[in-house]
Amino acid sequence: MTSKKKENAQVISQEKIAQDIYSMWIRTEAAAEAKPGQFISMYTNDGSKLLPRPISICEIDKENSSLRVVYRVTGKNTGTEEFSKLQAGDTIPVIGPLGNGFPVEKAVGKRAFLMGGGIGVPPILELAKQMECEKKQIVVGYRNDETFLREEFEQNGEVYISTEDGSIGTKGNVMDAIRENALEADIIYACGPTPMLRAIKAYAEENSIECYISLEERMACGIGACLACVCQSKEKDHHSNVHNKRICKDGPVFLSTEVEI
Amino acid sequence: MNMKVNIAGVEWKNPVTVASGTFGSGAEFADYVDLNRLGAVTTKGVANIPWTGNPTPRVAETYGGMMNAVGLQNPGIDVFCERDIPFLRQYDTKIIVNVCGKSTEDYCEVVERLAGEDVDMLEINISCPNVKEGGIAFGQDPKAAEAITKAVKKYAKQPVIMKLSPNVTSIAEMAKAVEAGGADAVSLINTITGMKIDINRKSFVLANKTGGVSGPAIHPIAVRMVYEAANAVNVPVIGMGGITTAEDAIEMILVGASAVSVGTANFHDPGVTMKIVDGIEEYMKRQGFQTVDEMVGIVK
Repeated sequence: MTSKKKENAQVISQEKIAQDIYSMWIRTEAAAEAKPGQFISMYTNDGSKLLPRPISICEIDKENSSLRVVYRVTGKNTGTEEFSKLQAGDTIPVIGPLGNGFPVEKAVGKRAFLMGGGIGVPPILELAKQMECEKKQIVVGYRNDETFLREEFEQNGEVYISTEDGSIGTKGNVMDAIRENALEADIIYACGPTPMLRAIKAYAEENSIECYISLEERMACGIGACLACVCQSKEKDHHSNVHNKRICKDGPVFLSTEVEI
Repeated sequence: MNMKVNIAGVEWKNPVTVASGTFGSGAEFADYVDLNRLGAVTTKGVANIPWTGNPTPRVAETYGGMMNAVGLQNPGIDVFCERDIPFLRQYDTKIIVNVCGKSTEDYCEVVERLAGEDVDMLEINISCPNVKEGGIAFGQDPKAAEAITKAVKKYAKQPVIMKLSPNVTSIAEMAKAVEAGGADAVSLINTITGMKIDINRKSFVLANKTGGVSGPAIHPIAVRMVYEAANAVNVPVIGMGGITTAEDAIEMILVGASAVSVGTANFHDPGVTMKIVDGIEEYMKRQGFQTVDEMVGIVK
């Protein structure tokens, strides 16, 4: 009945991998059930910060009951700054895995785009590791030459990079990288900032490509109860009975044609 | 020793329920909480028709608390009755349905519909700061609060709890007004209207500009208001506002709350209500209280 709980996960390692970007491995029961595209709620140990931070899962190691999260420190005195100071052996309260995750099995036999932008890049790694498809094209966008996780991506598919400053790969965004390299796909998986997802959604719909996008929004409960993190749905949603879906519970991954962004 | 409380004729197995809007109708929390161990489940506000709620962002964290402006998104009373009541009836807990509306007629329609449903109590939300019409319009004027209480009482078959807003000059006056209107109990406090600014974007953090502040930061305000309301009326008071620990809940009971609701703390730990039930029980044992009633309002 009460099968889930807030758990004190143990920090295994912590590493800064780019400006403001940290990579942390934690040992947690959440690893057992985790899928690519799901997230965990991470809580601070600071009593003045109540709400969980939803952080996407970057890698899953079921053998060692471990998850990797790669996250951005969003400023001074933030929850994510506190996370970045945790060291091996420290504990961090977590709940998870949460949300639905990417439907990785739908890529079988297809040419796929795995697209990530900014702090939407990390969940694409576990997706790439698990995906079995005809052609695995990983298209990732960064601000500059700090192309974190690039080596891991290169071990898991064909990698195309875009940078805002043009220092590596295509200058511009992930859509520019697709055009410059004349890439084609039958199915798309994407995570990143809303303007990027909006462009990908439009591209997918113009070309009738099946497309899954992972959305984010300010959350409170993280488990589908508070209705803080809703997005607009095309059809009336079964649960809400209005044109809203819960990103934490019904998502964060949606078929692009289900939602309006 | 037992933890039973009697709230307006309804016996709860313990004095702990959840604050409306923080717990859905319980389904999402059932993996984390044994719903059978709650005195009651107070559901998210439901209106006569589905409401879409406010644009996002709907929540923001504040120091020691949070703000929300969800705007009472709800699926409407029909879906609620078909889905949520049968779900909750599987559990051995009382069902308190929180009712919202934009006009007296809206509230009465929902209350009348619920008269034929298997629910234990009604909580009338006249204190939501996040919707333009209704809600708070009834909750800041004693005459309007009394009038809407009278109106819903005409249709209600279950005991009526009026949920009060802290955004008033005198909470005692508001409590007296709804008591005069026939309220069987009062609950307080709803959230305190606040505002948060993103100084980099130079804009409001919440799409609604303002939102309701909740969480431990507002707990002392809530304790003071529960004390004032409990000393002003004879009907039971359900205390809420920033309760995060058993100690917070006990404070509320000692100043006059017959029961308590746990709200924002559910977001910090979905299993927190179980710890609060256990903590109240431990306190009663330690202090030699045989019943919860023995504790209610002993701090004068």
